[in-house]
Amino acid sequence: MLIRPKEGILDPQGKAVERALPALGFEGIEHVRVGRMVELEADDPERLAELCEKLLANPLIEDFEIETIDGA
Amino acid sequence: MLWGVLQFPGSCDERDALHACRLSGEARLVWHEERDLGGVDAVVVPGGFSYGDYLRAGAIARFSPAMEAVAEFAAGGGPVLGICNGFQVLCEAGLLPGALLVNDDLRFVCRQVELLDEVGERLSIPVKHGEGRYWAPDSMLDEIEARGQVAFRYAPGQNPNGSARNIAGVTNEAGNVLGLMPHPEHAVDPLTGSTDGLRIFEAVTGSTA
Repeated sequence: MLIRPKEGILDPQGKAVERALPALGFEGIEHVRVGRMVELEADDPERLAELCEKLLANPLIEDFEIETIDGA
Repeated sequence: MLWGVLQFPGSCDERDALHACRLSGEARLVWHEERDLGGVDAVVVPGGFSYGDYLRAGAIARFSPAMEAVAEFAAGGGPVLGICNGFQVLCEAGLLPGALLVNDDLRFVCRQVELLDEVGERLSIPVKHGEGRYWAPDSMLDEIEARGQVAFRYAPGQNPNGSARNIAGVTNEAGNVLGLMPHPEHAVDPLTGSTDGLRIFEAVTGSTA
C-alpha cells in the first residue's frame, strides 16, 4: 500500500526535503511529497481497501494505492 | 461528578488530568483494555503518545476497548473532553470533525498560548505537540463554523502550528464532545502561571449539571 498526503494539503516534510535538495546539487526538483509504504502478506486481498480506509490511511487527509504481487 | 480518565500505553498527561478533574469532583483512571467505563459522568481522553503514535497520532488508540465504550458513551450524550493526543484520538475515531497534521514548521512546540473562546474571552493555556495543525476541507470548516462547533481559536498572532482558521478546539454537532490541542489540565494552579484551564473542566461539568 502506498499512502500519501492528499493534493492541496501542506506537506511540511516534503517541503523540507525539497528545500534541502539544491544544497546537494539537485536542481529542478519540485512538488516533493512524502508518504509511506506498507508491505504485508494477506490471504484475502479483497479486503485490503477496507483495511486502508479503516486504519492504514485517514481518507480525510490521505490517498492510498494498493499493488498486489501474487505468490511473493 | 465522577470523571473517567483514559490511560493508554504511552499516555503521559493522565496524572495531571486526574488532578484537574479532582478539583471539581471525583476521578478514576480507565485502562485502555477496560470495556466498561464504570458509571462515570464524564470522560477525559488525555494527552501523550498513545501506542507510540505509530502510523498516525491516535490511529491505533481508537480501536481500544475503552474507546469503543467512549464512543457509546458519547453517542448517548455523555460529555467527553479530548486533550492533545486525546483530540487526535477523537478525530481519528470520527467523534470529532477534521484531522491533526504535523506542525507546519515541523517543530515540536511547547509554550503558553492565548486562546479565544466562542464569546471572545481570552484564556492562557500551554500547548506542547508536534502534530497539532488542525485541518479539514474548506466545506467542512464552513459547516462547523456555521454550526458553532469551533470552541477555541488561537488569538491573533498566536497560532503555533498553522491550524486552519486558527482553530484550537472543536466540538461535535451535539456539543457533548470537545477536543482541543492546548492543555487545560496544565493550567489549574497559579504555581504554573494560569488557572484558566479550570474553566474548561468546569464547562464540561456544567454541561451535565
